[in-house]
Amino acid sequence: MPLGYLSRRLFHLALILFGVSVLVFLMLRMIPGDPAQLLMGEYATPEELARLRAQLGLDQSYPAQFWIYLKNILQGDFGKSLRTGAPIVDEIGVRLLATLELTLAAMLIATFFGVAAGVVSSVKQYSVFDYGAMFFALIGVSMPIFWLGLMLIYFFAVKFPVLPMMGRISMGLEVPSVTGLVVIDALLAGEFGGFGNALTHLILPSFTLATIPMAIIARITRSSMLEVLNKDYVRTARAKGMHEAVVILRHALRNAFLPVVTVIGLNLGLLLGGAVLTETIFSWPGLGRYVVDSLMGRDYAAVQGCILVFAGLMAVINLAVDLIYALLDPRIRVHE
Amino acid sequence: MKKWVLFAALVIWMWPAALLGADKPVMGGTLIWGRGGDSVNLDLAQATDGESIKAGIQVLENLVIFGKDSMDVEPQLAESWEVSEDGLTWTFKLRRGVKFHDGTPFNSQAVYDSFARIIDKNHPFHGYGKWMYLSLSLGQVTEIKIIDEYTISLKTEKPYAPLLNNLALWLCPILSPKAMAEHKDQMGLNPVGTGPFKFVRWVKDDQIVLERNEDYWGEKAKLDRIILKSIPEPSSRLMALQSGTVDIADDLDPDSIDLVKRDGKLAVIERPSINVGYLALNTEKPVLKDVRVRRAINHAIDKDMLIKTIFRGLAIPAKNPFAPSIWGYNDDIEPYAYNPEKARALLAEAGFDRNTELELWAMPVSRAYMPEPVKTAELIQAYLAAAGIKAKIVRHEWGAYLSKTSNGEHDMCMLGWLGGNADPDNFLYGLLSADTAKTPGAANVALWKNKEFTELCIEAQRVFDKAERAGLYMKAQEVFHREAPWVPLAHSTIVRSYSKKLHDVPLRPNGLNSFQMVWKEK
Repeated sequence: MPLGYLSRRLFHLALILFGVSVLVFLMLRMIPGDPAQLLMGEYATPEELARLRAQLGLDQSYPAQFWIYLKNILQGDFGKSLRTGAPIVDEIGVRLLATLELTLAAMLIATFFGVAAGVVSSVKQYSVFDYGAMFFALIGVSMPIFWLGLMLIYFFAVKFPVLPMMGRISMGLEVPSVTGLVVIDALLAGEFGGFGNALTHLILPSFTLATIPMAIIARITRSSMLEVLNKDYVRTARAKGMHEAVVILRHALRNAFLPVVTVIGLNLGLLLGGAVLTETIFSWPGLGRYVVDSLMGRDYAAVQGCILVFAGLMAVINLAVDLIYALLDPRIRVHE
Repeated sequence: MKKWVLFAALVIWMWPAALLGADKPVMGGTLIWGRGGDSVNLDLAQATDGESIKAGIQVLENLVIFGKDSMDVEPQLAESWEVSEDGLTWTFKLRRGVKFHDGTPFNSQAVYDSFARIIDKNHPFHGYGKWMYLSLSLGQVTEIKIIDEYTISLKTEKPYAPLLNNLALWLCPILSPKAMAEHKDQMGLNPVGTGPFKFVRWVKDDQIVLERNEDYWGEKAKLDRIILKSIPEPSSRLMALQSGTVDIADDLDPDSIDLVKRDGKLAVIERPSINVGYLALNTEKPVLKDVRVRRAINHAIDKDMLIKTIFRGLAIPAKNPFAPSIWGYNDDIEPYAYNPEKARALLAEAGFDRNTELELWAMPVSRAYMPEPVKTAELIQAYLAAAGIKAKIVRHEWGAYLSKTSNGEHDMCMLGWLGGNADPDNFLYGLLSADTAKTPGAANVALWKNKEFTELCIEAQRVFDKAERAGLYMKAQEVFHREAPWVPLAHSTIVRSYSKKLHDVPLRPNGLNSFQMVWKEK
């Protein structure tokens, strides 16, 4: 791996994060709404409000506030939540892991089923399966997540109670936290009951979250595969007498995979920051809901921290996608 | 085979509910309490939201507390109290033999530290918190004195009868001094009190786990554990209750409450709350200065229809500034009846110019006392139009809304009050006296400065006999009615929806209860 390239990309990452932090800082203060007033609501007297503003450091000038914010961030201190008074790092950390668990599960499902459906559709183009899969893909993209989530809960947790409807693990169960991903922690602790329990809790929310990316991945895979299947090297591979499965999976799919990787990367980034609806319906204690709540309460420190985390994740995913390109296709070389 | 298992499970499940009348309390069990959001701060002296209070009052206790189903003050950690002749010094005799959850003994030092940290800038714990609603807690207290290990006195600058109700509020909890020293500004994550339940664990945005305090000084809690579970989506909350995943589901919407009522396994308690939603008429504006116009507006609005359509029946119409569940309520007052004819006549008498357009400010957030503010504003706009008053709906972001209305920039604005310490003073003096009508920062957003009314309220603060105070408040409500600075709209009903497996579920008019006596069928 060219180290020069990597370090340059990491430098860009730092620049992006700085730019994002400036922007977020300014935008938050431009939108109307005073955190102190929102915190105290209709009970506040003017003296109490003024006191609270001073305690929160909101009475200082914007440049002064920004300077403090920047200084702290460079020292790895994201500050304390205006609402709860707890350190932002702790507040974000535990929720980020919850979101990560849900998102990764959803992306695994979306990728597996999406790619499988796309490949089969392209190989059996214009078959019943192709039409069926693409019909479902269309429904998947257009399905309101909110409605789907509630319907899934109604059928699988209320009408025929086979799956849990909310949370990451049954209430009262607890697994020692190592990675923060409950499913993996349960495995690490050797608690197979807890593992199964956490896994069943993941099913409904991750399927709900997976529908849209799954549909997109299926469609992209199909069209990309169709393009590749007519290429000369596929014909050559078949002519050499290779097994059809090898032709499809090694020769065709590998070449068709570039746009799919882009879509997966893009969706992973989107889901990490935007699983608000799914998190809300399934009471999943993730970051999406936290950002929305923080924004509504004008919890400046919390929103700033979250956006920085999102920007960082997005940049890292982009980098990963670029690196995977080079791995998949040796013709794409990173330019020194 | 599967069907049989399901059927058997169903029978076993229904059995106790159907056959056992289940009136003998049993110990044990976990209560799962589904609610809309997470708590913010469990050091209740710093809490500003209902979800924090709901959880915190299971763990923390006060010197005095409201009754189980009423807003009358009763002893809790104080066994008795008396007020000095001059009305300035309150002396509390404390309960003996009480221990905090961390084993620290409860005594006057603990009360001192819990209170002094709020009001005394030199107290070592003062810097650990943001003490927000001083006016509702200890703002009037100037001195706290330890008399002996189990006696403590509070002194106020002027006689202030509502102090007792303030002390019963969540804002004045007694916490372990040892824990306060140890947890510093993170006390809100580690509450240590004397209550029937101990704090165990808090997974943010997910759940708070409490367990029975085996060393409780009073009757021990029946439940082993309470888990407060955040379920932000109301439909999910309803389904969680229907499927038995949770035992209580808070804040369901009116349609869901109908479903709960029709479900044989579930129960609903309804109780009039202590809140009030109102339309304040800015008495400083030339048009609204005329009491005839204000009365006309009162006659123009059909509150029954408002309650039917907006509150879906879950409210009672308001005629006074506070709810009938609070003492001192004047029920003899004849409300302004819905009568558009009369409204038009009054307007004509006042020489109201029909081309005047009044601004009607609609709250941007919904509250229990104002569940659908924009629809409410539209309804009021229509009623006013029918009476011949043009109104334009104005909206602002919540923070701006509060600061602009407290600055008197509106003609008419919708607002409400959750009820505070349930003392009439909190509503009458707090929201309607001349003292609180000073801009900027007026809590009296009608900017109504009535001398007679204000004097009655101040006198009532200095009198310690409840009957005598009630008499003064009755008179004040007559003045309020005559002068009509508000259109009092509604007092919402509070509702608790729960599984019939639960028994002795309490509901105070402010919706905040200890679950000490609640028990659950096996």
